[in-house]
Amino acid sequence: MSQFNVSIQVENDLVILTTEGYLNNEGGEMISGICYENISNGKTRFLLDMAQTKVVNSIGVSILIEIIEKLQEVDGKLGYYNLAPIVDKTFKIMGLTKYSSVYATKEEALADF
Amino acid sequence: MDKPKIELKLPIIANMELVAINTAEVVAKHMDLSEDKAAEISMALIEACINAFEHSQAQNNVFIHFILEEDTLVIKVIDQGIGFDKSKVQIPKIENKLGTDERKRGWGLQLIKELMDTVEFESTKEGTTVTMTKKKES
Repeated sequence: MSQFNVSIQVENDLVILTTEGYLNNEGGEMISGICYENISNGKTRFLLDMAQTKVVNSIGVSILIEIIEKLQEVDGKLGYYNLAPIVDKTFKIMGLTKYSSVYATKEEALADF
Repeated sequence: MDKPKIELKLPIIANMELVAINTAEVVAKHMDLSEDKAAEISMALIEACINAFEHSQAQNNVFIHFILEEDTLVIKVIDQGIGFDKSKVQIPKIENKLGTDERKRGWGLQLIKELMDTVEFESTKEGTTVTMTKKKES
C-alpha cells in the first residue's frame, strides 16, 4: 500500500497527474518533482486525479503547499478531483482549498481550467 | 469484565503507520462505526504515529492501544521519546506558510484535534502518550 505511482498526461498545456497509493513524503516529492520540471518548461496549470489515493498524511500534503507556493510565483493554478471524503476534509483543515481548487469530477475541473 | 483491548507494538520503520490503520479499520468495523468516522480515526492515527516516529526521537518501539468501550473507541499512542511542550506548539495557518520561510509541515496535532472527539497529551522527558477518542454517535 505504501507504493506510490504517478502517471502524467498533458492536454493543451494542462498537466494532469493521476496518483495511486499512499500520499506520504515520498509520494509528495514525486508529485513536486514532476510539477517543478513542468513549471521550468513553462507549464502553469496542474490537475491531480486522486481517485486512487485514499490515504494521505500531512507531510505529503504539505508538499502540495510547496507546489502552490511555487505556482503563485508563475501565476499558475493547482486543482484536484475525485478526492476521497477524508482527503477532502484534510485539505480543508490544512487550508489548501483557499489557494487551490477541489472539483468533484474531471469534467468539472476541465471546465474551470 | 475488562473492556476489550488490542495492543500493537510498532518498530520505528517507514510506513508502519499503515499497520496501525489496518487494525483501526477492523476495530471500527467491529464497533459499527460509520465509514466517515473510520476514515477520520485512521487519518488521526497516521498523524499520531508519525509524530511518535519522527518527533519523539524515540529509539525503541511505539505502542498503540485500542480500547473498545460500549459507545466510544479510545486510542492511546505511546512513545518513549523525549517528549514535547504542548504550550509551544503553534496552531498552523497556511497564510503564514505561503511565501515565507516558515516550514510547510507541522499540521499533525491540529489534524488530530479536528478529526477526533477528544484528544489529550501527556508528555514528559521519558515519553508521550496521546489519548484520543471517537464516539459512535456524536
